[in-house]
Amino acid sequence: MVLNNIEKLIEKYHNAETSLHEEAQLKSYFNGDNVAPHLEHYKPMFQYFSLSQKEQYTKDVPLNTKKTKLYQWISVAAVAVLMIGLVVPSFMGPTEQEKREALLVYNQTMEALSIISLGMNEGKQQFNNLALVGDNIEEGVQQASKLGEFSTMTNKILKNK
Amino acid sequence: MKQADFVSLVMPFKDKVFRLAKRLLVSREEAEDATQEILLKLWKNNKKIGDYKNVEAFSMTMTKNFCLDRLKSKQASNLKIVHSNYTDNNSSLQHQVEAKDSVDWVSKIMEDLPEQQKIIVQLRDIEEYDYEEIAKMLDMNETAIRVNLSRARKTIREKLTNTHQHGIK
Repeated sequence: MVLNNIEKLIEKYHNAETSLHEEAQLKSYFNGDNVAPHLEHYKPMFQYFSLSQKEQYTKDVPLNTKKTKLYQWISVAAVAVLMIGLVVPSFMGPTEQEKREALLVYNQTMEALSIISLGMNEGKQQFNNLALVGDNIEEGVQQASKLGEFSTMTNKILKNK
Repeated sequence: MKQADFVSLVMPFKDKVFRLAKRLLVSREEAEDATQEILLKLWKNNKKIGDYKNVEAFSMTMTKNFCLDRLKSKQASNLKIVHSNYTDNNSSLQHQVEAKDSVDWVSKIMEDLPEQQKIIVQLRDIEEYDYEEIAKMLDMNETAIRVNLSRARKTIREKLTNTHQHGIK
């Protein structure tokens, strides 16, 4: 009965009319030990099919495309960090504390400068006085020359007499 | 899609892809390369993968096309590395040793089948897909698949019967 059934199934199988379930039946029959002698030659076929099912893909698949991209960007990131390190402090500018100190120093400097300029002005005034003196001397010289002229005039008059 | 998601999606059928590739390309190394190539292609398109209704069927179709392309380019350039391992039929001792291993013999019979039949037998008898799925993968109608499958099975039977009854010719 079972044998008859299997023979029928084999015929159907070769006409490609078996369902997956029937094929599974065939496979389990031929992978078993009690195969009828006249069907023996089908055995390797079904054994082969069952054997092939167990073959596996063992190689690893390198799915690291994303990782390599990350590594490429690391150098860019490093340069960016370096640039930020150099540029940001100069942009950030001084803190409030520093500003106050700077103002203080500025004021002090201005004070010192104004003192100096005051001194300079005084000096300038004295210099003016000096110039005045110089003027007077020049005037004196002029008057002296007038005096000289006057004396030549008197000499002339004295000669005429 | 994260890498882990992808791996868990691909895990169930990567062996099937490999076996189909091996069926077509014969050599294990070639099949491994092909499988890797296909998985990488899938991974590259992993954003679109959600749109595919059946990733497994899609991958099998991809595998089929990829391997057939590979074979075609090999034949065109006369580089038959793939089959060269199996042409030494003249040594009778080796022949006998091989004959004993009749399970191996089946794989050799299958190598001689036309590509189309190889694929169908692989998908049906080894991977146990139903006809509808195979039809989708191969873009053929079910009747054509049944016809091809029947032919392939009968060829295998015939050759096996010959081997069994008369020894290896």
